[in-house]
Amino acid sequence: MRRALPILVVLAGLLAVIAVAQPNFLAPAALLAFVKRAAPLVILAAGQYFVIVSGEYDLSVGSLVTAEVVVAARLLDGSAEATWPVLALLVVLGLLVGLVNGVVTTLLRVPSFISTLGMLLILSGAIFLWTGGAPRGALPPQFRELGRGSLGPVPWSVLVLVAVAAGAICAMRAGFGHTLIAAGDNDRAAALSGVHVARVRTVAFMVSGLSAAVAAILLGGFAGVSAQVGQGLEFQAITAVVLGGVALGGGRGSVVAAMAGAFTLEALFTLLNLYGVSGALEPAVQGVIIIAAVALGGMSLPRGRAAAAS
Amino acid sequence: MHDCVLKMTGITKSFQGVRVLDGVDLEASAGEVHAVVGENGAGKSTLMKILAGAHAPDGGSVEIDGRTVVFGHPVQAQRAGVAIMHQELSLLPERTVAENVFLGREPVRRGLVDRAAMESATAELLDSVGEESFGPRDLVRRLPVARRQVVEIAKALSLNARIVVMDEPTAALAEHEAELLHTLVRRLASRGIAILYVSHRLREILDLADRITVLKDGSRVTTADASTMDAPTLVRLMIGRELDSYYPPRAAEPPGPVKLSVRGGGNARLRGIDLDLRAGEIVGLAGLQGSGRTELAKALFGAAPFTSGEMTPCRPCSVREGIAAGIGLVTEDRKAEGLLLNQPVRDNALLVTRATRMRRPGIERLLERVGLGPLRPTQEVRLLSGGNQQKVVLARWVAAAPRVLLLDEPTRGVDVGAKAAIHELTRELARDGTAVLMISSELPELIGMSDRIVVLRDGRIAGALPAGSTEESVMRLAAAS
Repeated sequence: MRRALPILVVLAGLLAVIAVAQPNFLAPAALLAFVKRAAPLVILAAGQYFVIVSGEYDLSVGSLVTAEVVVAARLLDGSAEATWPVLALLVVLGLLVGLVNGVVTTLLRVPSFISTLGMLLILSGAIFLWTGGAPRGALPPQFRELGRGSLGPVPWSVLVLVAVAAGAICAMRAGFGHTLIAAGDNDRAAALSGVHVARVRTVAFMVSGLSAAVAAILLGGFAGVSAQVGQGLEFQAITAVVLGGVALGGGRGSVVAAMAGAFTLEALFTLLNLYGVSGALEPAVQGVIIIAAVALGGMSLPRGRAAAAS
Repeated sequence: MHDCVLKMTGITKSFQGVRVLDGVDLEASAGEVHAVVGENGAGKSTLMKILAGAHAPDGGSVEIDGRTVVFGHPVQAQRAGVAIMHQELSLLPERTVAENVFLGREPVRRGLVDRAAMESATAELLDSVGEESFGPRDLVRRLPVARRQVVEIAKALSLNARIVVMDEPTAALAEHEAELLHTLVRRLASRGIAILYVSHRLREILDLADRITVLKDGSRVTTADASTMDAPTLVRLMIGRELDSYYPPRAAEPPGPVKLSVRGGGNARLRGIDLDLRAGEIVGLAGLQGSGRTELAKALFGAAPFTSGEMTPCRPCSVREGIAAGIGLVTEDRKAEGLLLNQPVRDNALLVTRATRMRRPGIERLLERVGLGPLRPTQEVRLLSGGNQQKVVLARWVAAAPRVLLLDEPTRGVDVGAKAAIHELTRELARDGTAVLMISSELPELIGMSDRIVVLRDGRIAGALPAGSTEESVMRLAAAS
């Protein structure tokens, strides 16, 4: 929690600014709507955190989200009967893509920047080929319930988010989280201490793939079928994680901070929207944020080394 | 000898409110080898960095040849005639020797780098220090560590340095390589260069230095002629108390059962290794740099496995198999292969037990055991001294309670006090039934600690010697051709 504090302060500040511009924002219903809107990105950021803290990147999640939505729409084609099997299939697809990313990165030693960029292109090419450019089929209301509907006053997606967050926090507190961070901090030292570096990193990619599947299920329900649904999400997720103070290159930062970073990014977009700033400006804002966050991270790295080692 | 080149007076420096140097004076004359010693944290490196322009002092003055100088940047110090050789060498491995010597100030002709001039100038410099084993066109990557230092020295000479600072130059060297460096140091001094020599090796300092300055807790304890000093006095001055004996007493009982045994072990770097490690015994592994000491430790551990031969209880093919077989390895390079620098003490100390799902000991008791009792488990390892960092690495293996513990240079770059503590701990582990294999380039340490010494040469076991053998007998086995 200590490490998440700075980003939580920033988030609180942004929410306060939004509340000033739009006084009813802090009402439970509006706040829940905000959380619901943010849920897919927060989930993606949690998944991306696992990969980044282990010292890698996952650039494939955006096109994976698109692929998941398109596949679901095509398979279901508006009929509700196969909803559950298809949901299971989406989860398996996400895990599988993560597994391939992980194996290519760790066993074939392709840097993840390249392996997941390749996966991004492969997936988007495959989608294009399969759909001929325009996705066919439709998602039945039963499927979209997760993204749109709610249990009483609380949207399903908020509940899913809570479950994902709890799972992520538990995983990071368990032995797995410690070995993952160890691999990200110094993979040689970790390997020489018995950490199965290739395995934990592959699992991290699979977690990221799983998070993309979950995000796709929510986004499909929320926004419907399109070939652009996942566009740019990989970069948004990485921006969110970095904004949370997680070091690129691995070994530093908490998953809570990464998720708070995603909320902050979403709040920022909300604010821009509120002030009528063009949505087209969002990528530019994101670009500035990620550069500034990484620069700040570099500056705040303690320089006490000289003082400590005499 | 009385031609005073360097005069630092009343140097004071604090980092984040912690006073690291408190009014330190240091003088050096032309042609003098002036050793600076002290425990880690005594302020040696900070003092040297101030001289080299890497830090600005908070107070005090620096005079070179009688003129007061203020350095805002290392380049200014370089221009004033101060050259520094770092602990971690700062050469570019993929460039040639000549390119490294003239890095950043390459001779230029018609807008292009004049390679020929650069190489002939480098050749002259190498000649002048009597270096014949490599030339200006060799890639630095291909040179052994000892030779790379010659490149650093050539660089210092090309800068017309008046003062050369050597920060632990022999830390990574085997004994005979250190000898070569000493010869070089004397040769530099005889040319009228003042040499400031920082080292933890007391015997080396007593042999090499003309004068010795002892620092303790950021203050100067004394500066004295080396001829008036001996090792026990130096240790007393450095740590402020007497160390009765350098090394803990050897095992009183004969060693117990064999915990690990190799017959005919071999791989790309090792051949025909026969070795038994017994409970309660510390076996010293000696050998020159490149003789295969580290490779042997890594083969026993499973990190760079044997490809042939028998090993009991099993021949590990991976680190995890090695750990499962009850073997532990404290690696030679603490920073690159040991520590998670950004993680707290606790996560470092519990890494092995977590990674292999072993039962974990309580962190407080574990830290107590390795002599880190007062440390907070949440403190980041990056900020600890070298000695404490090494104890954290040891704690990691103590937690795993291996039957066989391999220690590769466990006291490299560690101050005298921590060194004694590590020796004590090593002996205790052996007494509790662990079979210990210890590698050290420092022969007195190896001889002082070991119950038996095995000598490696060119990837083979050249012979074994009993406890208390002389350095000469070890060297004879290690270096015989």
